[in-house]
Amino acid sequence: MRVANKGLVDRSKPVSFRFDGTSYAGFAGDTVASALLANEVRLMGRSFKYHRPRGVITAGSEEPNALITTGSGAQAEPNVRATVQEIYDGLVTRSQNAWPSLGFDVMAVNDLASGFLGAGFYYKTFMWPKKFWEAVYEPIIRKAAGLGALSGAHNPDTYERAYAFCDLLVIGAGPAGLMAALTAARSGADVILADEDALMGGRLNAETLEVAGKPGHIWAAETVAELAAMENVRLMTRTTVTGAYDGGMYGAVERVSQHRPLRGAAPLETFWRIAARQSILAAGALERPVAFQNNDRPGIMTASAVRSYLNRWGVSPGKQVAIFGNNDDAHRTARDLRAAGVHVAAVIDSRHDADIEGTDYPVYRGAQVCNSGGRMELESISLRTTSGIVNIQADCLAVSGGWNPTVHMTCHMNGRPTWSPAIQAFVPTVGSVPDMTAAGACNGVFSTHGCLEAGQQAAVAALGALGRKIAAVDLPQAEDSPYNLSPLWAVAGKGRAWLDFQNDVSVKDVKQAAVENFRSVEHMKRYTTQGMATDQGKSSNVMALAVLADATGRGIPETGTTTFRPPYVPVAIAAMGAGAQGKGFAPERLTTSHAQSVRMGAPMIEAGLWYRPSYFPRGDERTWRQSCDREVGFVRNTVGVCDVSTLGKIDIQGPDAAALLDFVYTNMFSTLKVGRVRYGLMLREDGHVMDDGTCARLGETRYLMTTTTAAAGAVMRHLEFVTQCLHPEWQVKITSVTEHWAQFAVAGPQARTLVNGLLDQPIDNESWPFMACGPATVLGVAGRLFRISFSGEHAYEVAVPARYGASLFGELVRRAEGLGGGAYGMEALNVLRIEKGHITHAEIHGRTTAFDIGMGRMVSDKKDCIGKTMSERPGLMDPEREQLVGLRPIGAVKQLSAGAHLFDSGAEAVAENDQGYVTSVGFSPDVGTFIGLGFVQRGPERYGEAMRMVDHLRGLEAEVEICAPVFVDPEGGRTRG
Amino acid sequence: MGELQAARPWAERLDVSIGRSALVEVDLGHLTVLAPFGAEAGMTEALSAAHGLGFPKPNRATGKDGGRCIWFGRGEALLIGPAPDASLADHGASVDVLDAWAAVSLSGAAAVDVLARLVPVDLREGAFKRGHSIRTQVMHMSASITRTGKDSFLILVFRSMAGTLSHDLKQAMAAVAARG
Amino acid sequence: MRINCPICGDRDRREYYYQGAAVTLDRPAPDAEEAVWEDYLHLRENPAGRTRDLWHHEGGCGAWVVVTRDTVSHKIFEVALAADVKGAAR
Repeated sequence: MRVANKGLVDRSKPVSFRFDGTSYAGFAGDTVASALLANEVRLMGRSFKYHRPRGVITAGSEEPNALITTGSGAQAEPNVRATVQEIYDGLVTRSQNAWPSLGFDVMAVNDLASGFLGAGFYYKTFMWPKKFWEAVYEPIIRKAAGLGALSGAHNPDTYERAYAFCDLLVIGAGPAGLMAALTAARSGADVILADEDALMGGRLNAETLEVAGKPGHIWAAETVAELAAMENVRLMTRTTVTGAYDGGMYGAVERVSQHRPLRGAAPLETFWRIAARQSILAAGALERPVAFQNNDRPGIMTASAVRSYLNRWGVSPGKQVAIFGNNDDAHRTARDLRAAGVHVAAVIDSRHDADIEGTDYPVYRGAQVCNSGGRMELESISLRTTSGIVNIQADCLAVSGGWNPTVHMTCHMNGRPTWSPAIQAFVPTVGSVPDMTAAGACNGVFSTHGCLEAGQQAAVAALGALGRKIAAVDLPQAEDSPYNLSPLWAVAGKGRAWLDFQNDVSVKDVKQAAVENFRSVEHMKRYTTQGMATDQGKSSNVMALAVLADATGRGIPETGTTTFRPPYVPVAIAAMGAGAQGKGFAPERLTTSHAQSVRMGAPMIEAGLWYRPSYFPRGDERTWRQSCDREVGFVRNTVGVCDVSTLGKIDIQGPDAAALLDFVYTNMFSTLKVGRVRYGLMLREDGHVMDDGTCARLGETRYLMTTTTAAAGAVMRHLEFVTQCLHPEWQVKITSVTEHWAQFAVAGPQARTLVNGLLDQPIDNESWPFMACGPATVLGVAGRLFRISFSGEHAYEVAVPARYGASLFGELVRRAEGLGGGAYGMEALNVLRIEKGHITHAEIHGRTTAFDIGMGRMVSDKKDCIGKTMSERPGLMDPEREQLVGLRPIGAVKQLSAGAHLFDSGAEAVAENDQGYVTSVGFSPDVGTFIGLGFVQRGPERYGEAMRMVDHLRGLEAEVEICAPVFVDPEGGRTRG
Repeated sequence: MGELQAARPWAERLDVSIGRSALVEVDLGHLTVLAPFGAEAGMTEALSAAHGLGFPKPNRATGKDGGRCIWFGRGEALLIGPAPDASLADHGASVDVLDAWAAVSLSGAAAVDVLARLVPVDLREGAFKRGHSIRTQVMHMSASITRTGKDSFLILVFRSMAGTLSHDLKQAMAAVAARG
Repeated sequence: MRINCPICGDRDRREYYYQGAAVTLDRPAPDAEEAVWEDYLHLRENPAGRTRDLWHHEGGCGAWVVVTRDTVSHKIFEVALAADVKGAAR
């Protein structure tokens, strides 16, 4: 119920939203949880395993119970914490894990069977028969147990990534964080202050404490206002720092639009990568519950949550509130409720010696709550007192078992927290994360004064490390009350007392794990599932450890804790992968002929990041093969044009350019004449082939290297490696010019006719023989002309600066068509090169040597080169190795298949009989059948031999003959005419 | 005989303003990679004599609109604007890369926030001042970024990725603007 | 993770390409013994502690750098230009 004159919500702005189909009213500033409680809705979800009715037990991001789904359709977002989701007009939410309704959930029958469903139940019951696990058990279990479900539809929401940088990152804007940020900011440091709440201030917004003689939330608001006005400060609200990483990197997720009815182009969330030279963790502490029988009934929550709802949101979670605690905070809760006019039914203080005077509410010292009653919600509690069981009517029970510092981030780089007996909790171990200091409640300091002081001290230390002068900032006056606590983890008794609400793990389950010898805390976690899922044991961890410690007869420090890993709160995968949706996945590299190719109807295929035309369909062609055959015919019979700009082009200049090329290629380039091109083969240092291509000598100290499209980046990196890491003394400069030049192959008997139509100075075989290159004026533009051939025909490559590429491609295609030819795509290019036995990365796939591809003699014996020594190992020149051959079908099946394996005729097609494999296939119009390239043991000795080709994947078998890997013009005369 | 027509990296002229940032394609004139062999002194002198520009130190640029020389990587600079004087080639590699790069100018009060979505480097004015020029990445693309004014940046990526660059920038501009 | 490039300054790890142990700086002579080549190519220490490896600042200035770092704490002690390291060794 809403309490008059309390809370920081804006009562002038009513907001309407829906939960499970019903419309509710709240105010701007409410969360779904606070607004539902204001409407006296306490039942908000069903538990994971037993489908028990559950309500909120916290008021923050640690909430294990109140998980809801927001939105609808493809944009539905499951597992949103009702304690975090701010309401806005039109917000639609619904409960999860209940069918047909939250009030009547069929699967609650699980709860009756709980005797059989305890820890390890799945492991023991669903073991046999083994094959039933995937087929039967798992689907059923997954359906019955679980959280919210994804829609299964493509989510149109956008997410965003972003980078931020600062001298000092302050994580958390409670008293410690605000004081740290203020001290650092006034000292001129570049500060980021991040807080997961929409409203900065932390517990100052949820308590009635004073700072500097004014209400804490007023001091917080004033401090935030001062920080907001400073240029060197960036305030990040609704931003949870989720992880600490190497080198001062932090991950953070910002809820950008979840609270906005209209998002426009704004992302739903932004995942920040923050680089900080120093950081201060001021993440506060989380109050822990106490385990007792039926302590999960809606209406039972932490005492701090009750105060948050009351003081921050002006809502009392009940009309008759009882309070159960083992520390002084219990009484703070009672005082706040009384002051707000809420009936306090009783305070049950487990401490016999609690030093409490002059209360105006009933106090039971040395008593414990041992059970709760009610149907869907809390109606009564039972106390075990020195004089027996007492029953009290209450619709809300505030529980305080003490506070756990939020140490999580300090453990993200393998740090382990330290047990503090004084506060019966873990505190951060100093130095766990380099350049991070924990301050305030997350470091075990619980008074407001202590937090303010610790924040300031941490800032002073960070400023010192940053080498900055420190501005004097007065420490405001605040309470400094001691934290008196007497440990109480679980109330003894029958029945199930819950530790982990999200995973339905009870005290009994943890004890059972110990009995079955899952004594290690990591084993207990996996056996019971305690500490799993979205809350990662934020409220249950220390309680469960204490119970395990007790059950195994050890202390808590000896028992240890499980490992806290990033992220601190759940982060959508979509947020981490933000920017990678659709076109953001990878850059698209488009050639200058792209637009025309698309206009011509060519399907574009990806070649690395590039897009290249597969084929150019015409008129009545119904299959790609028809187009491909025609395009192969252009090149063999008239003239074809193909964009080859995607091949890597590297300009290599300097006095030592020739030395570099002699070192990276197996063959000689220092002897190449200016104005000539040579084919080159490049090895890796281990003797296997890395790449191949042509290299042109443009001048005495200048070359132009061509790489394959696929290896362009790797070759560039390799050249830089050689010139920086092996021979930094060489004077040579390497520049990628791939993108500067648009380059087109013009191939076929009519190639020279076509080319001469473009050139200012026509060429003939004398002036421009095979493997000649040089500058040429192409339709008035300074370009380059290379007489090289990948197709085996008389061919040229014409290069012009990229701005003229589209225009030149248009001209080339038009003129080729005029000669009875035209454009050809990747399919035809592939057939043409297979017909000539020219290799691509299908053949030089990383496991083949120069010897294997029949180029052993290209490894010059006149010089050293990368890979030479290793290529000479006997094993890499063994005649038994699989070597390059041609393949043609000779049986009834005329189809060949790349990836198929080769076996002796009559041999069983199994691995031990494997003789080789097929790397490339294509239909050759010239040969009239499919042809292929492949590798066969002792291949070159076996021309004419018949083999079995078996493709187990495609279910294809054919009889093939081994032949020389050149199918067309074996003498190579066509290139030279 | 036909004549070749020059085309820009973008089919449609790129000129878009969203919120407090504006994106426009720029024609920079000539682009030439200058890479001295060994010592930089000769190149520095020749550059100064021919073009009145200093050879930039790492992460810096010299000159201004119309004639600029930006650091372009280890041992390299990019001469922007004038056609390179022949004397430069005596002191190192001089490579014409005029058409290798697509260039845009991103400007406006939100420009630095837009770039924070795409570039993993601190480009705020305190860390990246006018006359600073770096090699980095825009999303997955290798890029050069130079601060040319209080709120303006010159961004270069390979020409083939011009479409991806404008897509990524426009998306980031819209997302920043939509935050209000 | 961040690597402080001697040329570009402190940069995000995503700008770098990881190669492997800096052993590859010391290429054996072509006629060195088989064992020396085997060491160079295939055998690597796997220390829990200080290690040296090569990274390429591919998304930045293009420099190859030698990074000395601790595989346990992930602390980076030194980042040097490979060309300088190699030059100093000559």
